[in-house]
Amino acid sequence: MTKEESKNGSDDMLIDGPKQGNVIPDGFNPNYLKVYYGRLFPHADIFKWMSYGNDGRHPACDKSYFGRREFSFTLDNDIYLRFQSFNSESELENSIKEKCPSKIDIGPVYSVDPAKRHAYAQGGDNVFAPVERELIFDIDITDYDDVRYCCSGADVCLECWPLMTVAIKVIDTALRDDFGFDHILWVYSGRRGVHCWVCDGKARRLTNEQRGAIADYFRVYKGNENSNKKVSFPGPLHPFLVRSYTEVLREFFEEKLLLSQNLFSTEERYEKILSMIPDESVTSELRGKWQENRRSSNSKEDINFFRWEQLKNTLQSGKQKVQGLRRCVEEIVFAFTYPRLDMEVSKHRNHLLKAPFCVHPKTGRVCIPIDPKDCEELDPTTVPTLSELLRELNTGDSRMDVDNATLTLPMFFLVAEWEKTSLGKSIRFFRSSFLQPLLKSCKEEMESGYKAKIQQTKNSLSW
Amino acid sequence: MEIVRSQRSRTNTPNDSVSTLPLYRYAPQLEVRLEDFEVFAMDRLRVLKGISDALARGKRPEEMENLVRDLWKANMRHPEASEDVNKDIISHFVLRLVYCRTEDLRKWFLSMETALYRYRFLLGSSEAKRALMEEFDLPCKAISRTEFENAKEKLEQVARSFDQPLPTADAIFYKVPFEEVPELVAGRRVYIHKGHAYVAMHQVVSLVVTQFRSNLSKALILTNRKWTSTIREQEKDRLTPIVEALSMSYLGPDYSQTKEFGEISIKDLDQLARSSFPLCMRHLFDKLREDHHLKHGGRMQLGLFLKGVGLRMEDALAFWKAEFSHKVGAERFDKEYAYSIRHNYGKEGKRTDYTPYSCQKIISSTPGVGDHHGCPYRHFSEENLRAALGRMGVGSRAMEDVVDKVRNRHYQLACTLTFEAVHSSSCDAGINHPNQYFSDSHKILQPKNNNAA
Repeated sequence: MTKEESKNGSDDMLIDGPKQGNVIPDGFNPNYLKVYYGRLFPHADIFKWMSYGNDGRHPACDKSYFGRREFSFTLDNDIYLRFQSFNSESELENSIKEKCPSKIDIGPVYSVDPAKRHAYAQGGDNVFAPVERELIFDIDITDYDDVRYCCSGADVCLECWPLMTVAIKVIDTALRDDFGFDHILWVYSGRRGVHCWVCDGKARRLTNEQRGAIADYFRVYKGNENSNKKVSFPGPLHPFLVRSYTEVLREFFEEKLLLSQNLFSTEERYEKILSMIPDESVTSELRGKWQENRRSSNSKEDINFFRWEQLKNTLQSGKQKVQGLRRCVEEIVFAFTYPRLDMEVSKHRNHLLKAPFCVHPKTGRVCIPIDPKDCEELDPTTVPTLSELLRELNTGDSRMDVDNATLTLPMFFLVAEWEKTSLGKSIRFFRSSFLQPLLKSCKEEMESGYKAKIQQTKNSLSW
Repeated sequence: MEIVRSQRSRTNTPNDSVSTLPLYRYAPQLEVRLEDFEVFAMDRLRVLKGISDALARGKRPEEMENLVRDLWKANMRHPEASEDVNKDIISHFVLRLVYCRTEDLRKWFLSMETALYRYRFLLGSSEAKRALMEEFDLPCKAISRTEFENAKEKLEQVARSFDQPLPTADAIFYKVPFEEVPELVAGRRVYIHKGHAYVAMHQVVSLVVTQFRSNLSKALILTNRKWTSTIREQEKDRLTPIVEALSMSYLGPDYSQTKEFGEISIKDLDQLARSSFPLCMRHLFDKLREDHHLKHGGRMQLGLFLKGVGLRMEDALAFWKAEFSHKVGAERFDKEYAYSIRHNYGKEGKRTDYTPYSCQKIISSTPGVGDHHGCPYRHFSEENLRAALGRMGVGSRAMEDVVDKVRNRHYQLACTLTFEAVHSSSCDAGINHPNQYFSDSHKILQPKNNNAA
């Protein structure tokens, strides 16, 4: 039984949270969290990110900006604190260190400080409302349970994780090439999925309707256990789908997924694929071939690959009398491989999403950023865990004690704590690939916006 | 706009008299007779109501275009042809007053006026379209020859994907920031590159409609403020009673104020589900009993329906708790799900008393993996639908009629036929709301129960 982790705002209350078992899993220990927040969690980077340049001294800086951002903390005994807000980096840092939340969520920037919302909530005019929020996506591998046979529910392995890699490639390319966004952060969710934060100014200012439109643009899979055909292409594909298919999906399906998931190896499995073909004559022809073929393994070729080729040939042979068959091959490939997004997460500005660099309480793994250009490199089974990181810290410290060479000692003090651990790589990546370019762009935007405003005032004052 | 009692209406130059589609930017400088105030508004309301019904029945765009033309012709013509435009503008502004007053009214009015505007725009000539686009001051630019050549292949792909004719060499395309055309983006009906959507001439309506909608939405908020602060009091003897009466007549019951709470008890639910629930709610109910769990969409749809049916909050809490306890345990239910139920009854958070979903809302929802909400007539495969209807007791003859309606995307008519088959009685009004299905069913079955007792 899977549960979504999603938090929402004043409209609908979504409270499906993970159930804390009695066993504390390997790698996570609430006491370690204190050390983590004390020495490793990048408070300053999160603050700089969330300030989007408003923490500077330029006259255009909005000093109230950071204070209007909602954070929420989940404490150890499932106590949930919403509408937390802070006016400075130190306030944020101190609160995190003091409360030691097992999870930190980030919400939108509101029109006023969330702490003061009660003074404004009255009246149907919604004066307390979100004004900015990153465009976010949440992809969870449990949404693919009907097409992966290696695992189900909360489990993830190296056979099915590539589905996430593929999702990142498809969505990331579209966000950059189609929508023109530049400042995109992908994060491992800590257990079984990935999150995406699009931080361009334009993205942050999108309305709910516009976010819904983008989510719908990405939507292909439509269905649940009650409908048969979950992917349906009545006509030729849109350029975005064509590109996704030719650059990512087809190759992944044919060269990886077919084999790793053994999609045709048993009757139950191939029947599932046959149910996606709306033509009795085709399905019975294939079924006939496969039922008899079970005992004879004539070729060295893998049975999945072999049957897939047979299916393609049968569908693509001759004229297609039945309309629904034209793009059946693509429909099958998309049904298995195309990204499945949680629409609700993206559509509503007040939706909360877990902050990067949190530790997942079930797995102990840190929610580290993923480089979309290199996303195959991420192995969910080797992402640093909380206990590993603390061990690394201790090793680093003891090395410091043992090695009394005066040369290394001062160096050691100058180096940030996280540099001593495997978290270092992630934080460096976060800064160089994401934060610095983002802040540079914010600064430019702020300066040019300010100049334009000054010019406007000058013009209107001229006699 | 000046409302006068007896004088004949005089027309000064109305704004936007050149194009036939007005922009409704400002209330016109006209004098209007009090009778016309009400009559014009009612005529326009008939048009809007016609659109509302047609949309609920899932009519195709081509059908909508014809419908709008006919509705407009039948209701909005003035005996003096030159007065047509004035009637159009006056009726719109009067209805703004009527429909600005609550969020629900605003939402409905906004949707219907936007739909009306869209189809009237589409019915206009290319010249009229182009002229109107300029008046709207849209952030779009026609693309150059070179840009067209570079994007040609992709533009053709998009056209083919919707069975549209391929763009010719002299086709006009507009480059627009993608956020200006959300509906085209959502339907993947445009090629998008680096943040710009390439919009074809025939799609330009989307731009215009988005602007129109946004302008009207803002205007309604302002109108509401003015109404509450000055107009309502000032006009309490003259216009206010008319305005208040106008809005009552056209919105059906929304089942938010259930008169008899506590009429339904938990032990009745299983039996009621079998006899009086529409398919969508019965499916959710059965799944809940089976899985001892429902995802959020299902909890909302079924939970609010049960509230509308008359289930008290205490009983609702007990009911959901009994089910969920099998799966997640009583303690976890109290911690994570009880709040949500109290929220639905208006006892938490914003303290809004949420209204049960109408068919229109349910049909337009999008159930995903693991969901069981939405309209089964829309989402079930034919096989599953037949099985479900069979379990409800629908005979084979009626089943074919229902399936036929579904194939033509008339989901509410399908549900109506189901109702008629199950209850062996006709339902002339048609099903528009699951709670309506329930109360109609209850009405038919109640006297029988009483007799049996």
